[in-house]
Amino acid sequence: MTIEELLEQQEAELERQKQLKGRLMCCTAAGCASSGSEEVKKAVQAEIKNQGLEGTLECCGTGCLGLCSRGPLVKSTSTGRLYAEVAASDARVLVEAAAGSGENARRLELDSTQPFFTRQTKVVLSGSGKLDPERLADYIAQGGYQALSKALAEMTPKEVVELIKKSGLRGRGGAGYPTGLKWELVAKQPSDLKYVVCNADEGDPGAFMDRSVLEGDPHRVLEGMALAGYATGAQQGFIYVRGEYGLAIQRLQLAIRQAERERLLGSHILETNFNFRVDLRIGAGAFVCGEETALIASIEGQRGQPRQRPPYPPESGLWGKPTLINNVETFANVAPILTNGSEWFSAMGTPKSKGTKVFALAGKIVNTGLIEVPMGVTLREVIFEIGGGIPDGRKFKAAQTGGPSGGCIPAEFLDLPIDYESLAKIGSIMGSGGLIVIDDTQSMVDVARFFMEFCMDESCGKCIPCRAGTVQMHDILDRILKGNGTAADLDMLRELSRLLQETSLCGLGQSAPNPVLSTLKYFSEEYEALTK
Amino acid sequence: MTATTTSQPTAPAAPARDNREKMLERAMTKHNYSGFALIEVLHTAQGLYGFLTMPLLNTIARKLKLPPSRVLGVATFYHFFQLEPKGEHTFVVCTGTACYVAGARKILDVLEHRCAKSGGTSADGKVSVGSARCIGCCGLAPALIEDGRIVGRVTAEQLNNRLDQVGAKP
Repeated sequence: MTIEELLEQQEAELERQKQLKGRLMCCTAAGCASSGSEEVKKAVQAEIKNQGLEGTLECCGTGCLGLCSRGPLVKSTSTGRLYAEVAASDARVLVEAAAGSGENARRLELDSTQPFFTRQTKVVLSGSGKLDPERLADYIAQGGYQALSKALAEMTPKEVVELIKKSGLRGRGGAGYPTGLKWELVAKQPSDLKYVVCNADEGDPGAFMDRSVLEGDPHRVLEGMALAGYATGAQQGFIYVRGEYGLAIQRLQLAIRQAERERLLGSHILETNFNFRVDLRIGAGAFVCGEETALIASIEGQRGQPRQRPPYPPESGLWGKPTLINNVETFANVAPILTNGSEWFSAMGTPKSKGTKVFALAGKIVNTGLIEVPMGVTLREVIFEIGGGIPDGRKFKAAQTGGPSGGCIPAEFLDLPIDYESLAKIGSIMGSGGLIVIDDTQSMVDVARFFMEFCMDESCGKCIPCRAGTVQMHDILDRILKGNGTAADLDMLRELSRLLQETSLCGLGQSAPNPVLSTLKYFSEEYEALTK
Repeated sequence: MTATTTSQPTAPAAPARDNREKMLERAMTKHNYSGFALIEVLHTAQGLYGFLTMPLLNTIARKLKLPPSRVLGVATFYHFFQLEPKGEHTFVVCTGTACYVAGARKILDVLEHRCAKSGGTSADGKVSVGSARCIGCCGLAPALIEDGRIVGRVTAEQLNNRLDQVGAKP
């Protein structure tokens, strides 16, 4: 495909969609799929056929519409309404409403003026829920692959790196390393063989942002990776995706095939001299593989065990070659930055953390689901306005961010703006974006034990502090919970925490004590009550 | 192409008249018998045979020119690879944070009480029990995967009824 043909395809698809009266976009992401959205989609499609409305209406699958707790969700483009808890038997009323007759769909309507919808800013998720992830034409209609064509036609690789640097984009995998700097490091390496790796090994329990992006808008990630390849001089990309994410894998495989067929990936992309291939690597269930050196080992077909850094992957990564590793959400931000410019991006967020962040809301919160907000909003806004507060009249106790590497944030910090630095300051981390709300029925010591059990199971066993330390810490927590703990146990927990932080080989061990330390700090009375 | 019965707890059958071996060979050819492709090959092998036996791992080691210890090391490192046959039905309980807070432990207790410990299979071969680290359906907590199908907002009562239906011991 040439650049002109890309624009023609966009025109043609937009024209085709304009001819339709509307589309019924049925969420088929994993959340809604498990409440039966596939049946709803089939029923609506059959109903459209039954009523002879094939040229007027269309029903297709789409990515996450956000409010997973009210699924299956269906969005109608002709009425602009969002319908919740739809059953296959509702197909007729939905089709009638979309065709402009019938009032019977009212009872299914969701109030789209509630803060959950109005308070969000969608960049990464701008395509999720608007396009059919199984159709390349849908992505192209939304201006897809034009950032790539613009870069190939008008910009040097160096200019792309500069633009990303200027935008202030930071890694969305958790640590927040400036993306542009990382790209520059890889671009500077003299090697003729380089790799781009997309880390989609989203292992944090309670985090499903990356899965939703891959399921809902896979081409956006592929385009971001191709841009990274162009900027750094790499010709081969890998996506390392969790084996548990069946639907995401399926959609990615399809998207790669579609893009290759249209020469948007592969050799001579958009009829230029730029070549970039993307291959999938399926993970096999090891949390530690989210750590970059362990991920590299896993792609090379070995046990996923980390190694000492430096050298860092930008110097020596996959097969010893310079390797750029970014997270799914980071890559999903790239194409919008190329299209809208770095100023547009850096206008969002806080001075040090630019742009938006996708969070997965879960736990004891009314609106569980997927949200995207500008950096710097407060936890209170996220939990009580967008999230709708705590159900069953219970009280907020803590918010857990960053999974097993993060911490528990108590109520006193509800008004803290969320960005990388502020979360680190109070002993948690941004992490990949899982946000779990805990109410006053939950014991915080139990939460600490839960995460320690996780780290104990997932420790790869290579370094002793992590392998033995997590077991010891877990046993102490278990003892405390059973009422057999003493005050000396609390001191031992603190000492072991410091040991793990300072001497573990990789991030898993270094951050494993975070949930314990943050609960010891903010909920010490619970520990004391149990050790008296 | 004949369908393979991957969900049945049968041991890998005699290779004659069985095209699973051929399909595994094809997967290895695709990767040029490179040791780097070990994990992909193990994925394919498990997909074909349902689980990985020692003879199978040895064959893979020989063909990819890897030490058998390395192949076994990788197969046992990753949770996904199964070295034992599975039961007729598989129940995997999500024990991610959201599900844990919503009571996943109670759900897992039901299964462990009636069928087998997590990671095991009931004595009658009916039900395999497992736990997963977040399946990403936190909005529907507590969730479990029954034979590949995600079921949300599970209650102990519901699960007990379901176990009765599949013929698990009370």
